[in-house]
Amino acid sequence: MIKDDVKKKLEGKFKEWRVKNPRRIYLVIDKVDLREVAEVLYSHFKMRLSTVSGIDNEDNFELIYHFGYDKTGEIFSIRIFIKNKDNPKIDSLTPMFRAGEWIEREIHEMLGIDFVGNKNLEHLLLDHDWPEGNYPLRKSCILEKRPYPLEERDNE
Amino acid sequence: MNKRKIVPIGPYHPLQEEPEFFRLVVEGEKVVDVEIEIGYNHRGIEKLSESKHWDQVTFLVERICGICSTSHPFAYVLAVEDLLGIVCPERGSYIRMIIAELERIHSHLLWLGLAGHFIGYNTVWMWAWRAREPILDLFELITGNRNSYAMMKVGGARRDIKEEDYPVIKKTLKELYKELNLFKKAVEDDPIIHKRTKGVGILTKKDAISFGVVGPTARASGVDIDVRRDDSYACYDKIDWDVVVLDEGDVYAKVVARIMEMYESCSIIEKSLAKIPQGEIAIEVRDIPEGEGIGRVEAPRGECFHYVRSDGTNRPVRHKVRAPSFMNVPTNLVTVPGYTISDAAITLAAVDPCYCCTERSAVFSPKGEKILNGEELIKLSQEKTQRLRNKITS
Amino acid sequence: MGLKEKILTKSLWVYHVSSGSCNNCDIEILDCLTPRFDIERFGMQLVGSVRHADVILVTGAMNKKSLKRFKRVYEQAPKPCFVVAVGTCSCSQHMFRPSYSMEAALDEIMPVDVYIPGCPPKPEAIIAGIVKLIEKVTRK
Repeated sequence: MIKDDVKKKLEGKFKEWRVKNPRRIYLVIDKVDLREVAEVLYSHFKMRLSTVSGIDNEDNFELIYHFGYDKTGEIFSIRIFIKNKDNPKIDSLTPMFRAGEWIEREIHEMLGIDFVGNKNLEHLLLDHDWPEGNYPLRKSCILEKRPYPLEERDNE
Repeated sequence: MNKRKIVPIGPYHPLQEEPEFFRLVVEGEKVVDVEIEIGYNHRGIEKLSESKHWDQVTFLVERICGICSTSHPFAYVLAVEDLLGIVCPERGSYIRMIIAELERIHSHLLWLGLAGHFIGYNTVWMWAWRAREPILDLFELITGNRNSYAMMKVGGARRDIKEEDYPVIKKTLKELYKELNLFKKAVEDDPIIHKRTKGVGILTKKDAISFGVVGPTARASGVDIDVRRDDSYACYDKIDWDVVVLDEGDVYAKVVARIMEMYESCSIIEKSLAKIPQGEIAIEVRDIPEGEGIGRVEAPRGECFHYVRSDGTNRPVRHKVRAPSFMNVPTNLVTVPGYTISDAAITLAAVDPCYCCTERSAVFSPKGEKILNGEELIKLSQEKTQRLRNKITS
Repeated sequence: MGLKEKILTKSLWVYHVSSGSCNNCDIEILDCLTPRFDIERFGMQLVGSVRHADVILVTGAMNKKSLKRFKRVYEQAPKPCFVVAVGTCSCSQHMFRPSYSMEAALDEIMPVDVYIPGCPPKPEAIIAGIVKLIEKVTRK
């Protein structure tokens, strides 16, 4: 297990370190430290980014970057809180590796978070006609309410 | 072998007028650029999860993808069990493992058939899908349905496998070995398959790591990852089995990786049936407290990742789903350019996307005029095989 | 029964459209062609272009991106053309109905001739559905 090595290497960067069980570790960092921490985990420890989960909480956005160390099966989940809900921004990881391209695009269209440095943040899953500014995974967006009128029906 | 005349069969996705799911830009015969567009199957499952209670979500995620329909519920229940800190009883784990491996066999056979169709070997298609039918019969015997099995639940397996079914399972697998030997020999011996797939669509190890690919696509490029061994779940650590890794990274390596994995899966199922103990198949779970959990399984296409967060109520606050094809499909941006158009169809299909994507493709010239659509791409691929065959047999 | 109906139902050419499905139904439709069920012996075959089709098989719950494409496909099909809804998703949108990306069930958009429910319907059910379609047409 390498969690102790990781903890030593990231000394001073994380605000909270919680080991839920031998293979699930959760840590909280500041959003300015993201590139540095990701560099340590990806380039030094050779971990792989599985995905990024974005959550809309009441007073902030929460992004969790899930890095996995394949030799032991440990997953290090890095939690970042973005306090500015009107204009949420964070650094993109695309300059480091290409796995982040689609992941960040999806979070951008579902939650409205801007990834600074990602060259292509067009719609990935939603339709091109989907109204701008309407982000389906935000809690303010109600499931059954469609933001566009249903098309004219031509019944028989 | 009596080869039937090729009838271009519409694959299982909209053959629309303006597909443009993949836009290939060509100069002469060579592809120079690829653009990818997806989203035709987007149904808003992550948002729907927030409106269903914990057990209903198991049925919802089963229908994310029909081919790997056990992997998603499996990863989801593992995530919830990770949140709760419980472990499924041993008999339940063995049952889950047997279902997951049977699904891997049927998914790889399905892919083999489609790959054969794209190269022009329609007989391979028919034989691979015919070999798949006994596996679906097994599923019907054990679970009641050919395709959406509903065998997973939070805390264990939903249904038991009866002792009187074990001989039927063993017999079906024994017959399957003969079919697998046939495919293995065909792939090893046929010079045309070698010419069509060796050195085509190479994904280097460096690119594989940069794109974060998973599954047989990664293992065919030398990246030695497998969730069953690394982050072991169910009873994979109690059974002796091997991970199949190859180095070349081309389409041929992907074909061989999948065929060898089918052999491993048969072996795992046989060993499980010998070792499965008596006992309970599930723990009862009442409430889900506050917390978060991560679950992942090795689906036929790669690592399937689920994250759940709970606030103590009877629904998830957030359920994040990441299917394996999400990481594998972007590699087409580097594997398709540099090769000819007739190789595009098989390269796009080699990552085993969880939707048949080549018919949603169109070929454009650098000026932007459309030249060919997806149907025609498959036909080009089949014509190349015919030319090679004529050259070799003449 | 008129000559037109007799000819029409002799060997149906089928075109398949998926509008946001999970592929279960699509694979069961393709399974009908494989050696175990083999509908080609009845003269039915899957065609590559909608302009040759007699029957359109629709699977999947209709979402916005697919609806535009589907309407264009339907307009190009030579009439008379029958629409068959395969699977619970196209009959009634199944559990995806409340979602934000869904449009409407198939029969709210166009007239449907045969419904084949199931998740997914077995190949035997699909063949039975096509037989019911033939009976419906010849009895008209």
